[in-house]
Amino acid sequence: MLEIPCPWCGSRAYTEFTYMGDATVDRPADGPEASDRDWFEFVYIRQNPKGPHEELWHHTNGCRAVFKVSRDTATHEITGSAKLHSDEGTAS
Amino acid sequence: MARFQVSRRVQGKPSVTRYSIVSLARNALSHHQNWSQAWRSPDPKPAYDVVIVGGGGHGLATAYYLARNHGIANVAVLEKGWLGGGNTGRNTTIVRSNYMLEPNAHLYEHALKLWEGLSQDLNYNVMFSQRGVINVAHSDGQLEAFMRRGNAMRLNGIDAVLLEREQVRQMVPLLDCSPSARFPVYGGLLQPRGGTARHDAVAWGYARGADSYGVDIIQNCEVTGVRREGGRVTGVETTRGAIAAGKVGVAVAGHTTQLCQMVGLEVPIESHVLQAFVSEPIKPILDTVITSGATHGYISQSDKGELVMGGDLDFYNSYAQRGSIYMVEHVAAGLLSLFPAFSRLRLMRTWGGVMDMSLDGSPIICKTPVGGFYVNGGWCYGGFKATPGSGWVFAHTIANDAPHPLNQHFTLERFSDGTTIDEKGAGPYAKAH
Repeated sequence: MLEIPCPWCGSRAYTEFTYMGDATVDRPADGPEASDRDWFEFVYIRQNPKGPHEELWHHTNGCRAVFKVSRDTATHEITGSAKLHSDEGTAS
Repeated sequence: MARFQVSRRVQGKPSVTRYSIVSLARNALSHHQNWSQAWRSPDPKPAYDVVIVGGGGHGLATAYYLARNHGIANVAVLEKGWLGGGNTGRNTTIVRSNYMLEPNAHLYEHALKLWEGLSQDLNYNVMFSQRGVINVAHSDGQLEAFMRRGNAMRLNGIDAVLLEREQVRQMVPLLDCSPSARFPVYGGLLQPRGGTARHDAVAWGYARGADSYGVDIIQNCEVTGVRREGGRVTGVETTRGAIAAGKVGVAVAGHTTQLCQMVGLEVPIESHVLQAFVSEPIKPILDTVITSGATHGYISQSDKGELVMGGDLDFYNSYAQRGSIYMVEHVAAGLLSLFPAFSRLRLMRTWGGVMDMSLDGSPIICKTPVGGFYVNGGWCYGGFKATPGSGWVFAHTIANDAPHPLNQHFTLERFSDGTTIDEKGAGPYAKAH
């Protein structure tokens, strides 16, 4: 059972979460500066590494936060997790 | 002790013993100790006309059809592990062509027609059993959706039959069609010509066939780099040395991304784990392939008697060829709600594969901007049924440096120009396909 270390709730079974994929994909800023190519790469292109992977998990059946997890896609070993924004507090 | 034996020459090419009742009887008399090896294990030559990366069903079928259809036999198939040890050896053996979108329907139907003559063509029993595939509908809306897909199939010349609940119950006596079923059965969509095939046999049959034309199958040979000069490939670097080739065709399933990155090509793919499992073997108890629109599970019975089962992905990127026991339990629970009688069977074996999940759910079979570099991937979890068709069109694409009509739409460019082939209508989410 994959256990996901939620920064707020602690280590929970992965079945409480929804996987949201690659965390390194940057959404282009709204406005005319972003080209069709920029949007295409954001929507479709993935590095898909065999090894260390930065990915997003959504704690849908828990605190509902979205955060980043460092996990190896070849071994499933999780080496850490982090909040997306430094000014996010902890659950009270 | 097996030994390689050239016993028949066909058109000047060495060939292994043709399987027949005569060869069976002759070898029985010598206690089956003199069968010739089904394929050679040569050392790689310094150069070939074509290198196929990936020794699974698709790669081996490609090599076979390159030789058979195009007269190109100076070919090496490079497999990093053992032949057929990837997804070809890990699928749930279902063969069908019951797709709705036209490019998919025609490609998979071409494959199905090849399946129907494959054992004869390969002189190798791939145990293709056209026992039918039933998609069970669990609501009015689902039945209407199945009607729509069935009509689309028939308009494309593919067999489809809409079943009422009573017809499903008669074909599948152990399926819970009672009013109190957890997922009530409203009916189903049957493809009578669909069924199953012995997955290992397909790899072995194509390997033997390709080898008989002189194709070199080289196992334990991992491609570590692709050499290029002036925008064209000139060969590959491998764990068994460098091999020159003017054309390189990639058929590596879940490692398509890595091979493409070797030539600087970015692709819309995520690699995910899909698990499958079998029960202990039992007497014949299930005559067709059943898939459920409610539980997303599928089940059939192998000729050895095991129930072969599978369902959803684990839903996270993985190259580990294993997943969480939670998903095995989840899939089993869904299938047991349909077949309560199976609940006391023991689980015998579970495993996983590396699914090449394209971001529209359909395969990518095309030339690339890199000259002489061809890709055949993105099959998600649906590649096994397409094996003969995939090899057929990929061989054509490589031989002619141009797509076959059946794979002309399965391009890399479709993702950026808005012509994605999204069978499920799930959008650009790899795990949703």
